[in-house]
Amino acid sequence: MKSSSPLKWFATREGLYYVALAVLLVVLLPLALDPFRLNMVGKYLTYAFVAIGLVMCWGKAGILSLGQGVFFGLGGYCMAMFLKLEASTPEATAIQSTPGIPDFMDWNQLTELPWFWEPFHSFSFTLLAVIGVPVLLAFVIGFAMFTRRVGGVYFAIITQAIAAILTILIIGQQGYTGGVNGITDLQTLNGWDIRTDEARTILYFVCVGMLFLCLFVARLVQNRKLGRILVAMNAQENRVRFSGYDVAAFKIFVFCLAAAFAGVGGAMFTLIVGFMSPSFIGIVASIEMVIFCALGGRLSILGAVYGALLVNAAKSGFSESFPELWPFAMGALFIGVVLAFPNGLAGLYQTYVMPLEDKIFKRNKGAQLEAKPAEKTAEPKPTAEKTPDYDPMIDSYSPEKS
Amino acid sequence: MFDGYTSSELMSIFAMQGFAGLSLFSVFVLMALGLAIIFGQMGVINMAHGEFMILGAYTTYLTSGFFQSYLPSLFGGYFFVAMVLAFLICAALGAFVEWLMIRRLYHRPLDTLLATWGLSLIMQQAYRSIFGAREVGVDLPEWMMGAIQVTDLVELPINGLFVMIIALSIAVGVYFLMYRSGYGKKVRAVVQNRPMAEAVGINSAGIDRATFALGCGIAGVAGAAFTMIGSTGPSSGQAYIVDTFLVVVFGGAQSLIGTIVSAFGISQAQSTMEFFLSGSMAKVLTLLVVVGILMLRPEGLMALKVRR
Repeated sequence: MKSSSPLKWFATREGLYYVALAVLLVVLLPLALDPFRLNMVGKYLTYAFVAIGLVMCWGKAGILSLGQGVFFGLGGYCMAMFLKLEASTPEATAIQSTPGIPDFMDWNQLTELPWFWEPFHSFSFTLLAVIGVPVLLAFVIGFAMFTRRVGGVYFAIITQAIAAILTILIIGQQGYTGGVNGITDLQTLNGWDIRTDEARTILYFVCVGMLFLCLFVARLVQNRKLGRILVAMNAQENRVRFSGYDVAAFKIFVFCLAAAFAGVGGAMFTLIVGFMSPSFIGIVASIEMVIFCALGGRLSILGAVYGALLVNAAKSGFSESFPELWPFAMGALFIGVVLAFPNGLAGLYQTYVMPLEDKIFKRNKGAQLEAKPAEKTAEPKPTAEKTPDYDPMIDSYSPEKS
Repeated sequence: MFDGYTSSELMSIFAMQGFAGLSLFSVFVLMALGLAIIFGQMGVINMAHGEFMILGAYTTYLTSGFFQSYLPSLFGGYFFVAMVLAFLICAALGAFVEWLMIRRLYHRPLDTLLATWGLSLIMQQAYRSIFGAREVGVDLPEWMMGAIQVTDLVELPINGLFVMIIALSIAVGVYFLMYRSGYGKKVRAVVQNRPMAEAVGINSAGIDRATFALGCGIAGVAGAAFTMIGSTGPSSGQAYIVDTFLVVVFGGAQSLIGTIVSAFGISQAQSTMEFFLSGSMAKVLTLLVVVGILMLRPEGLMALKVRR
């Protein structure tokens, strides 16, 4: 459903959803919030990157990774290492016994920079590593697992174990990684102070821009044949395999894509928040990322953004006023989303709000309805089609079938 | 890493660390048995398993307090009462949870994982609200204190030994229940072919509930035993959950023997390496090796050979 002109696309219903999100993020929130709050929204948005990746990986292709925090953290650490090296010039660290290395290394009696820190002096290498390192790790894991047809809960458990391994490793190797405190006290990016309100506002807009870039990449993937194969793979893996597609390759691809998104999100997180620590990598953080995606709707890339925003806003709100209630709310959210609203907010929107929209649309521009975007029509398709040996319980998440 | 040790020194180090690893082994076996029943037999991932264990631990804590204030003469035997109570309470809660949410999710294992994670968050916070964030410990009865001297270098603490005996006897009990009893036969029938099992008159929904309750009950006993060798806090359960899942998966999901072998291997590897490396590196290496082997052999050490 490609419109001939890109401008026309913005007038379609799908285009309008994107425009609405853009208006919310670019116009409404910056006008309504002070720089501190806006910075927090920026932080929430960095999780939306992970959530978009999870929609592609879990919602579409059915691969639940409980280790997205690993990729988020790797991206974040790559960026943090660059910023830390920039902050640790020999002049700034003259009081250390070894000037020119990050402060935590000096505290841990290291006398020279470890080899894997060396390349992070270069900004272009860092940008490459922010995406490259997570993708490489995702490729190795994906290649090892998917070519052996490991999937489902096994994959989830192993990714979770990897999250645990990386957290323990980072905390244990204090001298190389900053330990449990993480990499803190980051100041400038290529000489530009990232701690001022002005810089934070600019970073927020950069983050929104990157987010839309990722949204469009995800949309591109989902609307192509590639996206259809991913959905088909989730529903009937063997049929896709017997049709001649290399299922493992598609799975590796989508897992790497999700890792790349998470890496970008992590790097933006480091820039916006100003530090990186292992608590954003671990098991708890990684599973929380799944709920962002699940609340927004596991099949909707736009829903993921709203999910990340809402869950994180609720978390900060609760933690400020009733910290002891938040785990109850979070737990109820997990159970409720799974049992009652498997398609999340996007599903609710489709069931309750869209019919209203349809009425308005019909009255105003009847022709527009014909140009209904591919995304919305594509979603119910794999579930609607039923053949006798096609177990709907496995394939769909619609509540009326379970 | 073995530089600077003579071979006799190495031998006693291995023996010492091996015995130290046995208490970790007991915890793994106790937790993994419950998980192996639920995951292996039903395919359900119970992320709240650690919290069920902690429920058993808190039950023991309360029972010991009750005996201390009202029945001090019987204090030596409180543990056995606590174990039974922990089993009953956890099994009852397990059956309730199965009825409330798990039974709706049997065909969506990934969703069960998320739902039980939510449950674990709620249970953790409930413990924190009721018992406080601080870790609590129980007073051991007198006969459980002290140690048995085996050789000059090696001594065995009685409480650790006791926990190990509990772990092994529960393992034997589970084996007989699963492979030598009518109930076990029904469970295995449902696992192998649910429609056929139903066709011959087995109440598969009832079997599911009983199996889930049994797994949770064993977790409760694990918690009771856990209080003998460590203190209990609201999030103690979460610390073990990933390790235990790896134990189950590594052993081969449907093999009880495999679970015990892998629990032994993982705990021994971790505890032996801890002597030579730092604790965190030992854990990282152990987990890495396990994950590596699982990548090469995804079905686990001792998987049932089934045609799918």
